[in-house]
Amino acid sequence: MAHRDGIVKAKTRRSKRFLQSREPKLTEGQKSSMIIRGGNSSETVSQALKDVYALKKPNAVLYKRKNMVRPFDDSTALEFFSKKSDCSLFLFGSHNKKRPNNLIFGRMFDFHVLDMFELGIERFVSLRDVKTDTCPEGTKPLLVFAGELFETDREHQRLRNLLTDFFCGPRVSAVRLAGLEHVLHFTALEGKIYMRSYKVLLKKSGCRTPRIQLQDMGPSFDFVMRRNHMASDDLYKTAHRQPRGVKPKKKKNISHDAFGTRLGRLHMQKQDLDKLQTRKMKGLRKRRGDRGGAAARGFFFTDSSGF
Amino acid sequence: MASCSIEDVLAKAERDEAEKLKGITVNKELDLEFDPGNLLAFDKNRIDTREFKDNKREDFIRSLARDNTQLLINEMWKLPTERVEEIIVAKLPDPSTPLPREKPAPKPKPPTKWEQFAKLKGIQKKKKTNLVWDEVHKEWRRRWGYKRAKDDTKEWLIEVPENADPSEHQFAKRNKAKKERVAKNEYNRLKNIARAQKIKVPGMGLAPTPRQPKAELAQAVNVAKISTASVGKFQDNLPKEKTPKNTGKKRKFQPLIGDFSSEKQKQLDLLKVMDSKKPRLDITKAVNKQMREEDRESAQKSKKGFGKKGRRGNMSGKGKGKAGGKGKAPKGKGRKPHMKQGKR
Repeated sequence: MAHRDGIVKAKTRRSKRFLQSREPKLTEGQKSSMIIRGGNSSETVSQALKDVYALKKPNAVLYKRKNMVRPFDDSTALEFFSKKSDCSLFLFGSHNKKRPNNLIFGRMFDFHVLDMFELGIERFVSLRDVKTDTCPEGTKPLLVFAGELFETDREHQRLRNLLTDFFCGPRVSAVRLAGLEHVLHFTALEGKIYMRSYKVLLKKSGCRTPRIQLQDMGPSFDFVMRRNHMASDDLYKTAHRQPRGVKPKKKKNISHDAFGTRLGRLHMQKQDLDKLQTRKMKGLRKRRGDRGGAAARGFFFTDSSGF
Repeated sequence: MASCSIEDVLAKAERDEAEKLKGITVNKELDLEFDPGNLLAFDKNRIDTREFKDNKREDFIRSLARDNTQLLINEMWKLPTERVEEIIVAKLPDPSTPLPREKPAPKPKPPTKWEQFAKLKGIQKKKKTNLVWDEVHKEWRRRWGYKRAKDDTKEWLIEVPENADPSEHQFAKRNKAKKERVAKNEYNRLKNIARAQKIKVPGMGLAPTPRQPKAELAQAVNVAKISTASVGKFQDNLPKEKTPKNTGKKRKFQPLIGDFSSEKQKQLDLLKVMDSKKPRLDITKAVNKQMREEDRESAQKSKKGFGKKGRRGNMSGKGKGKAGGKGKAPKGKGRKPHMKQGKR
């Protein structure tokens, strides 16, 4: 791709398609995430990053090499990575004496950091240690948040929004009922967040809705809240602004009645009923002789089935 | 007796229903908040910290998760379903959790030059077929692109037209014409993009290109020469450079045989002006004259008076002159700047 005067010229059809896929669109597709390993990371952190990458495949990029980045001090390196790989969600893992087993969940708007939450891992059970069969890659997980802290505390509310954004899969219009296999459960209690991942088993029950049994699966984390960086209110509002074309236009003058029939409303101009164009009945045409006669004049409205 | 049996039957039916639903009912203090579009459930109930002890923690969390998931699944099963190729699929509503966008919304692009013209003239886009029948090759070929139907650069025989130079290379001529068309198209496309992004593109000859023809260089030199505060009046010429003669206002003359009616009208107006006794008033000239008079008067006054007073007097005179001039001159006709070297 050639750059000149700030205009990027695509030389091939393929590069043109690539550039178009990176442009802002009216309705956005799934967000990709980048999982980055920090300057120094322990066994726990590396395994945790690999597990989250496994959960988020294929819309995730894993940067395994050490990156000397401090997100809370200087976020330009993260923004550069995000621009290069076109990812708006990130997970940065690092380990040092002051902050052991550190994970930073974050998201971007227009390639600038919007929100960042630093969570420390206290206890971690990896995918490898749990010896059960897992769900296929790319299943949309069910998300459950428990705990009144998620409602009352402002930071927890934002964290809930961030976790929803991170773990919810692609936006779909319909879902296969038997395919709801994976559930991620987050519990907030006393400044700690417990994340568990289960496989859903649908058992027979007396009625149509099945009975649920859960089977332990996948990574489980015990997080402790550390620092955070939340976006200012107006930046947050700007990030939510939707373009004009997205809102569906309400169809006016169409209604449905109790039986399900579709009724429409037509608005007509005022009509002069004397001058209405109706079907011409040759037989009823006034003849010269009958002018003064007692021939009845009437309007005949027939339906299209004829007479 | 009959009434008792009816009551019994009803009670039994209720008990049966409750039995059936026992498997899937969960009792909670507060109802959960659901977002089926995102497959999300939010449980606001208080968690009993006593049960959250170390050894029983996992079981407590698992049972809590099971209850919440059961409620979420109940909610999912209430959604309208349809059958897609023998699979039962539930249609999801729109997600109700507001999630921020990745990038800001795209701005509508301004129309290109052709689009503006088409809108002005009311030209509609006509749908064209993909393939065109090529008589020469006797097959269907694309309308444009690789191996297109009527490609005049690919002909093996070109007749030399009568008025053409016999030594001219006709094939090379066609190739060159094609290259020029492609370059022009690309140039127009980039100009459209630049206009859309509001990037200022310098005019002809002023943007550095690898090979610049002599005329463009000369134009660039001229533009650079007059890009000073005094419009190039005090710029020295280079040795052997000639001052360009045709700067200054271009006078446009009407064609010799043009619009007869307007010419007649002009001649009659001229005669009318010559006939009238009153002199015609050129407002710009009058204002300029007046201002010059005032300046001269104030200059004379300042010569007579002392230094300080004079200076103050001068300033007031000038201020008065300017204000007076502006007040006298009607709107639209300002004081034209006095430039010896004409306007560009």
